[in-house]
Amino acid sequence: MQDLALKDLLYKIADDELILGHRNSEWTGIGPMLEEDIAFSSMAQDKLGHSLAFYTLLHELGEGDPDTVAFMRNADQYHNCQLVELPIGEYDFSLIRHFLFDNAELLRFEALSQSSHEEVAKIAAKLKGEIKYHVLHANTMVKQLGTATQDSISRLQQSLEYALPFALGIFEPSTYEQELLDAGIYVGEAALQAQWQERISAVLAKTSLKQPDWASLQPVYGGRYGQHTQHLQPLLDEMAEVFKIDPTAEW
Amino acid sequence: MYGGGNVFEATRFDDLQQEDPVKLAEFEARIARGEKIEPTDWMPQLYRKQLIRMIEQHAHSEIIGALPEGTWITRAPGFRRKLAQMAKVQDEVGHAQLLYSAAETLGKTREQMLTDLINGKSKYSNVFNYPAFTWADSNIISWLIDAGAIVNQMANAKGSYGPYCRALDRICAEEAFHLKYGHDAVVHMATGSPIQRKMIQEALNRWWPPIMTFFGPSDKMSTHTETLMRWKVKMASNDACRQQFLDMYVPKIWELGLSVPDPKLRKNEQGVWEYTEPDWDEFKRVINGDGPCNAERLAVRRTAEERGAWVRRALLSPKAEYVRPLA
Repeated sequence: MQDLALKDLLYKIADDELILGHRNSEWTGIGPMLEEDIAFSSMAQDKLGHSLAFYTLLHELGEGDPDTVAFMRNADQYHNCQLVELPIGEYDFSLIRHFLFDNAELLRFEALSQSSHEEVAKIAAKLKGEIKYHVLHANTMVKQLGTATQDSISRLQQSLEYALPFALGIFEPSTYEQELLDAGIYVGEAALQAQWQERISAVLAKTSLKQPDWASLQPVYGGRYGQHTQHLQPLLDEMAEVFKIDPTAEW
Repeated sequence: MYGGGNVFEATRFDDLQQEDPVKLAEFEARIARGEKIEPTDWMPQLYRKQLIRMIEQHAHSEIIGALPEGTWITRAPGFRRKLAQMAKVQDEVGHAQLLYSAAETLGKTREQMLTDLINGKSKYSNVFNYPAFTWADSNIISWLIDAGAIVNQMANAKGSYGPYCRALDRICAEEAFHLKYGHDAVVHMATGSPIQRKMIQEALNRWWPPIMTFFGPSDKMSTHTETLMRWKVKMASNDACRQQFLDMYVPKIWELGLSVPDPKLRKNEQGVWEYTEPDWDEFKRVINGDGPCNAERLAVRRTAEERGAWVRRALLSPKAEYVRPLA
């Protein structure tokens, strides 16, 4: 059973990273300024690399090879939270998503670097250094745009309100939560969410943005169990368009 | 990725007569000695104008060039290619950033340059007005267009304007990786399954005519480049670049079992490549706006500028609290 629990954990991390990496890469060539274009592209590469690291570990645990797993599954076989699959929208949404997701991801990787599972701990310890920079970028931009003009503040505010229920879906509890806790593999989603709320609130406090009323927010769940928005399948179709011309070919 | 195809039109050499002859002579002597000209040094207006035009066109070519290749980031087959395609296109956008900064040292702001781009006033490399229909097209661009760009940029890196040369040194180092990546991708296609081989040959057939115009019109047709070559603004003639490119890459294309869609292409006894003269009327038509993708490329750029305007305005706002990055 512990094997299933571990794989479930690894799949949701790998799928989150792959799908958000893919979305972030859509900014290449069309960012609001060259510097942000480059930043999103850089983070996209990191995220893709992170997903590859976890798919590779899954492969070692008996799952399919990373290319097949990433390029050949259907939406209902994906375990990513719905937040990451939403279209990039305007820059304010992409920034807020990046802010909410990467703050959570940093905490997740910090926790996993202490995991009793040696391989997981090793990968998390290595990758958390990269996510630290993603968080620096997100927090810097949110602080700047969240205090700048009426327009930028209201755009960020609207995107924040739209994204928050989806962001709570990052922490959708897993069926295997207790097993992972008992085995010391992972601290669990609830613990992570509490720390995350504190960090998000601390950054927002330095801006003109309103603090969320955490208690009244309704989380959007389902992603961890293969339920997705209508946006995921077209993303996967596009991603696999060339690969599926000949899945056995070397590209 | 830039081939120097359309830089030196409409030069007004009359302006030169208004320059201080002593300073002009001193300036030309410095260049003849191989010295670099720096932003605060004296320079003729014409030199400044032509450099802005050239560096700006180069910068525009990088961001517009990111569009046909960028389309294939989200479709790249497999992790290896997806990661490489992302990194490659990101590099091109990074080159634009370097080049706009180099051009700004001559007195034109990035915002002005981008405005001129989306208004159609300033040009970019003509090849990017052609579509990348398939994944194989993006491989051909990564290999052969980047190869062409290196030929042109290596020459320009020995030019006279310091900031442009230094930017080009860095750019060429990265382009060398793109070339390896593009070549590797084309090798996989050309030696792959029948579908892959068909895809890559068709892409080469589509891209060959634009590639042949990449370095600009034949020297017989370009005028007024003498002064610019003396000033080391233009470093190699269009035909010389084209010959060098053919010499380096046609054998490599043939080696892969691919054919070049030009029955007249051959190296003669004097070691000079002969080829069917490219359709320069089409080249002019496309450069002046009537190509398959001109409208689309500029529309994408214009939309990006408009959608991102609020971000740039906000960051320039005096109220914005600038956070010192910890890194």
